Amino acid sequence: MYQDVIIAGFGGQGVMFIGNLLAYAAMEQGFNVTYMPVYGVEMRGGTANCTVVISDEEVGSPIIFYPKTLIVMNQPSLDKFQPRLVPEGILVVNSSIVDESKVEKEKFNAILIPANHIADNLGESRMANMVALGAWLAAIDEVKLETVEEVVRNQFKSKGEEIVNKNISALRRGYEFAMEKAS
Amino acid sequence: MSSKKLLVKGNEAVAIGAIDGGVECYFAYPITPQSDIPEYLSRELVKLGGTFLQAESEIASINMVLGAAAAGKRAMTSSSGPGISLKQEGISYIAGSELPAVIVNMMRGGPGLGGIQPSQGDYFQATRGGGHGDYRTMVLAPSTCQECYDLTIEAFDLAFKYRNPVMILGDAILGQMKEPIVRWKERSIDPNEAIKWCLTGKKGRKQRIIKSLRLEEGSMEALNEKLMKKYKDMEQDIKWEEFMVEDAEVVAVAFGSIGRIVKSTARKLRSKGYKVGVFRPITLFPFPYKQLREVAKKGKRFITIENNTGQMVEDVRLALCGICETEFFANMPGKVSTPEDFIEPIENMFK
Repeated sequence: MYQDVIIAGFGGQGVMFIGNLLAYAAMEQGFNVTYMPVYGVEMRGGTANCTVVISDEEVGSPIIFYPKTLIVMNQPSLDKFQPRLVPEGILVVNSSIVDESKVEKEKFNAILIPANHIADNLGESRMANMVALGAWLAAIDEVKLETVEEVVRNQFKSKGEEIVNKNISALRRGYEFAMEKAS
Repeated sequence: MSSKKLLVKGNEAVAIGAIDGGVECYFAYPITPQSDIPEYLSRELVKLGGTFLQAESEIASINMVLGAAAAGKRAMTSSSGPGISLKQEGISYIAGSELPAVIVNMMRGGPGLGGIQPSQGDYFQATRGGGHGDYRTMVLAPSTCQECYDLTIEAFDLAFKYRNPVMILGDAILGQMKEPIVRWKERSIDPNEAIKWCLTGKKGRKQRIIKSLRLEEGSMEALNEKLMKKYKDMEQDIKWEEFMVEDAEVVAVAFGSIGRIVKSTARKLRSKGYKVGVFRPITLFPFPYKQLREVAKKGKRFITIENNTGQMVEDVRLALCGICETEFFANMPGKVSTPEDFIEPIENMFK
């Protein structure tokens, strides 16, 4: 088993955060995993991306040039990483703020999800990252939604039940959206 | 859920290794990309009764290491590139005083102030002593977060075994990436570890002098002879890894983060039918000359890959001398290497 993903967006969109969540979940499922952050010049508003590699073998490179899957939270990230995605790769796009016409839908297994809008409807626009991660989880087999939920429960425990539940519902909403699109 | 694994940065793994390895005194000075080490130890070491001190400069911090080591303590400092250069005088004094110490260099791009991007440009500095005078530090080069933990523990033991500075040589990639580690050692401190040589106050025993100034006739000569023997003895602790070398036609020699990235390249090339293996030195000083030579005798072809303009390749050439040559491929300091960077140079060796 081998899976990798580049998660990219503006600083402040929480791309590093969901990368971390995913790495934790993969570890909890017993996989070998690496998480590699790349920061822009500034945190908020700059571009940021991270790479997560999951394998049942020893992970060689934590840095991937041609990813198998991609979560794109803003336009510059689509422009930068879409050309590197492997053919038929999974491409999760935050269509709330990314120009859909630029997504090469024939070439990739694209999931266009209005992550900002869905998060807004749930009452917390900052959770767009969780919505996108949920959609990605629907498209891959290796890491289970339930494991990520468990990690969210542990990570947000100190912030109270309300925050935990909100984040889990954002994850689930993203997951369900992608499942509905696929069926 | 399993509670045994921790998902941590390489820098944090070094800091945790230091704690479990029994560090008593850590002397800090911040510089990217290693500042997670002082951050972690400023929080955790103090809780355990250890000393965390952020000095006024790199020079002050390394000399504090010297002082703590002379008192028989497990002492450590960490920095990156330019900061390590500033520490060189102190490292030379520590080696000249025959004191144990652990020094971490999470390399960044240079020369000069350089930048915070990855680089392996400090290989020469690390393996050739680094400061003035005829001395060597033992150099351990981890390639995973687990090794950051394991080798930091081992670094303290080796430093005391040989009474010599030991350097952990990592880089920006390793320092910043996260990976699960398993803590396997419980922190324990042996208060008598250095009782035979450390400074305790001379009451009731013969005077001891720890110094690196040697003016008495013959004393510098005697020390250098002793050091030379010490460096020879260190060869019993040589470490290296062979990855799919057995049936390989081409062996890539690479260390640290590049050593693991090249493993991915080797897997990709194997899926295309090219038999590629990786030889990864873990101790860079002493270098596994004999071990690499043994591989060469089996008729392999070699390519050395580094994130610098060609440093370890000189040691590889020494190892292979009289048997075969090595190709060399450089990713420039400042470039973030990916497995794809090394496909073409290795593939070309099959043409």
